Amino acid sequence: MADWVEACAVDDVEEEDVIRFDHGGRTFAIYRSPDDEFFATDGFCTHEKAHLADGLVMDDIIECPKHNGRFNYKTGQAKGAPVCVNLATYPVKVEAGKVMIQIA
Amino acid sequence: MAGTVKRDYSLVGESTRRAIETGLASAEWYHTDVPRKAIKELMQRSDGPAIRDTIIWIVAILGSAAGAIYFWGTWWCVPFFFVYGVLYGSSSDSRWHECGHGTAFRTRWMNDVVYQIASFMLMRNPVTWRWSHARHHTDTIIVGRDAEIAVMRPPDLLRAALAFTGILDFRYSLPALVRQALGKLTPDEKSYVPEMEQHKAVIAARWHIAIYIATIALALYMQSWVPVVLIGVPRLYGTWHMVMTGLLQHIGLADNVVDHRLNTRTVYMNPISRFIYWNMNYHVEHHMFPMVPYHALPKLHELIKHDLPEPNPSIWHAYREVWPVLLRQLKYEDHFLKRELPPTARPYRGEFHEVNMSAAAE
Ligand code: FES
Repeated sequence: MADWVEACAVDDVEEEDVIRFDHGGRTFAIYRSPDDEFFATDGFCTHEKAHLADGLVMDDIIECPKHNGRFNYKTGQAKGAPVCVNLATYPVKVEAGKVMIQIA
Repeated sequence: MAGTVKRDYSLVGESTRRAIETGLASAEWYHTDVPRKAIKELMQRSDGPAIRDTIIWIVAILGSAAGAIYFWGTWWCVPFFFVYGVLYGSSSDSRWHECGHGTAFRTRWMNDVVYQIASFMLMRNPVTWRWSHARHHTDTIIVGRDAEIAVMRPPDLLRAALAFTGILDFRYSLPALVRQALGKLTPDEKSYVPEMEQHKAVIAARWHIAIYIATIALALYMQSWVPVVLIGVPRLYGTWHMVMTGLLQHIGLADNVVDHRLNTRTVYMNPISRFIYWNMNYHVEHHMFPMVPYHALPKLHELIKHDLPEPNPSIWHAYREVWPVLLRQLKYEDHFLKRELPPTARPYRGEFHEVNMSAAAE
């Protein structure tokens, strides 16, 4: 059964930005889009081991800090070399000013 | 004695095995601490600077080509070819590089278009080189892993000198494109290009070869050298600036370390070279933070220079500094130039560095 886990407070993430969230030995990335929606993906790039939270959010894209690989953080879709494997995404909801993500 | 093992620069050999075993491959690299807010600001993309520079670049290329054609057959064509050659054979390298990272423009397709054009000018397969450059950033100057080590140890100085003429690169690049067009990738190439991308490398090579064949056909049809002197051959006579600036990125510095301050060099350069090189003279900064676009590198430099070795004040100074190191490497290939850190910097870490540094540094 998938659990909802509190990842951070809404104000912890700036608009069009990302932060890292570690839970149960895993790392996630929590995004706040320019239109103020929240999203969550795996925290590491699928190309090599780089924290996406150190990357750059542009519109609905997260660019990896290591080789500039790009993903759509809303769908997890890899947008081309050097990233070829999609990113896992997780359901997100906001409750009482907290960002919750559902982790399987 | 430490560090006497011969370096094997193949990407599937003994050094590769050792780099993976010792954790040098895909290691965690040193980064200067920069607040997220500051680095986020520096990473911001915009189309403006690159559009402006690309317009200047294209106008200068077309203008110098027009002058060269107009004065063809007289000595007056020489300065035009000089400019055209450098734009074609050298400045294309920095455009290839920045657009390959996807940082030059904010708009993706603009990066892609300039990347493809610059790759063609450089006789580089746009697919294999994209992957080799990713590896260069993961494993910068890690022997057996980095596919872009320009001067190996012990240094072949004749080869390095010939690089300024473009002859060696030309001799390698053109046959490589032909081989790839025939569908053959080397084991090294296969080691860094994922299988699902390999067919794209073959297709790209075929396009390049087709354009060269069309250029030669046009030259034969026109009974003129002009087409080949403008397409392809500038890779020979215009490469010197790319080599002059590019060699300085890592030459004579440490290898097999995981701190770009030890294996990469920042050099202050004149504004013309910086335009040609798109600010890649701030090379330590680029390697530490590859997300920062070329036009923001001077600001990044100001922000982190307290943590980096003093930059060389000029190209000339950098070559003068490295020359004796190269001569010494002829006899002692473990020798390298260890650049001092300012007192404000965090010291070099020990884990991968102590053996090499005590054995071989100046
Ligand atoms: S590690 Fe993310 S693009 Fe390479």
